[in-house]
Amino acid sequence: MSEHAISAVDLGLEFPTRDGKIEALQQINLEVESGEFIALIGPSGCGKTTFLRIVAALEKPTSGVIRVNGLSPEEARKARSYGYVFQAAGLYPWRSIAANVRLPLEVMGFDRRERDDRVRHALDLVGLSGFEKQFPWQLSGGMQQRASIARALCFDADILLMDEPFGALDEIVRDHLNEQLLALWQKTGKTVGFVTHSIPEAVYLASRIVVMSPRPGRITAVIENDLPTERPLEIRDSSEFIAIAQKVRHALRAGGDAHD
Amino acid sequence: MIKVTALVLPVTTVVLAIIGIWYLFAFSLNSQWAEDQAARAGVELTATELWAATMSQDRPRLATPHQVAAELWDTTINKKVTSKRSLIFHGWVTLSATLLGFVIGTMLGILLAIGIVHNRAMNLSVMPWAIASQAIPILALAPMIIVVLHSVGLSGLLPKACISAYLSFFPVVVGMVSGFRSPNQMSLDLLDTYAASRPQIFWKLRLPASMPYLFTSLKVGAAASLVGAIVGELPTGAVAGLGARLLVGSYYGQTIQIWSALFAAAALAALLVGLIGLAQKVTLRQMGMAR
Repeated sequence: MSEHAISAVDLGLEFPTRDGKIEALQQINLEVESGEFIALIGPSGCGKTTFLRIVAALEKPTSGVIRVNGLSPEEARKARSYGYVFQAAGLYPWRSIAANVRLPLEVMGFDRRERDDRVRHALDLVGLSGFEKQFPWQLSGGMQQRASIARALCFDADILLMDEPFGALDEIVRDHLNEQLLALWQKTGKTVGFVTHSIPEAVYLASRIVVMSPRPGRITAVIENDLPTERPLEIRDSSEFIAIAQKVRHALRAGGDAHD
Repeated sequence: MIKVTALVLPVTTVVLAIIGIWYLFAFSLNSQWAEDQAARAGVELTATELWAATMSQDRPRLATPHQVAAELWDTTINKKVTSKRSLIFHGWVTLSATLLGFVIGTMLGILLAIGIVHNRAMNLSVMPWAIASQAIPILALAPMIIVVLHSVGLSGLLPKACISAYLSFFPVVVGMVSGFRSPNQMSLDLLDTYAASRPQIFWKLRLPASMPYLFTSLKVGAAASLVGAIVGELPTGAVAGLGARLLVGSYYGQTIQIWSALFAAAALAALLVGLIGLAQKVTLRQMGMAR
């Protein structure tokens, strides 16, 4: 039993296409400590989302070993080890905000009283108290995504997997949500796996940045982010921040294949 | 939403135009008979007399709007609902078979759709049969259904309802299969990450997502049910029901009776579809899906 939140050894995923095999992931070796904020960054096609989906048992690797809290992804799913936040909020339109957040609790069989408490607490964490009875279409895109984060938080998984959760939002909202996410992470001490293609977002949020490159999808660099844990938005103008962002950019360039 | 008042003018215009065209057709189709009658009696008809003669025949080729309206009034308001000459009596006979068949057909359609979505074998096998079932002319099948069911002791409402169900299950299957499959991959993945069971996926995602599809298929199914019930009344010896009115009318050349039965059928269909539309509005609003 390893004590890592996520550990991948020689992980690979290939699938056949008409033009031969495509290696979505090749030789992925990564260990994520409990409580870390890992950002996975790379151009499209580098397999960062695929890796996250393997962790969540939404895809099966074709080689290598992946452990989540020392369990197989399927076991980890049953043990409610992780909450997953998708690119789009994906709230069910026929459910109110509170009912959307309650969805995993209903599926997992929490009793009514505890459900209500947890929903209230999760909505409070993401700053959506008072919006319980609204329907998704009545909320802005940013608020919808916050509700989807509350949905991933409410059953207290200790790993939060986020697949470009703010990719579709405008920059002002995105800044705001980044700030809130960082505060949330510090408050809850969860392990976060965060997929992004934005360098500033990765540097601002993560404690470690995993740089990936495509064809085949692989890890080309892992960059420690030694910025202080207290990170006001203005830190992005500091020379330390810019230096790390440069490192990430160089690693992305070295990975090559960004001809798009 | 378009305001009701904005619809009044265009709708009246269209209705008036249809009535106008109808009168012209009635005149041209009925004038031959009027002229023959006049020739036999050895009289010349003026244009006005000819027009009048085409508007008031007992068995016109094409019944005029006012004749149909008078017949409708006479057979709904002036007759007791228990009378065999009451259109309301016949309408109810047809409606009861329609409703029973509609309920059976809808249930069957939904169950088949659930099977198709959840079971690979059913997915591959049921749909071709369902399509084939609709390719058989119902007019050919209806008498056999009636005869077979009668020989096992079933007669009256149920055989007609079976024919209704036979026609109405199909749009429900097709619509509900689309509806149950309408959730996108992300919505399904989401439930997967909670390790949701298949029943949970059905109740929490597939069923609510299919609601808009359900009501659309119900509207088509209701109209098909009505056709089924009427067709089911034709081979039973035409005792009662709108189908019976149609058949008796055609036996005796009672075109006015045929037309009023047709209008009664159309009114029933409009009523059913309208009620389903209302249920749709209420349900979707309750679910927060109507804006």
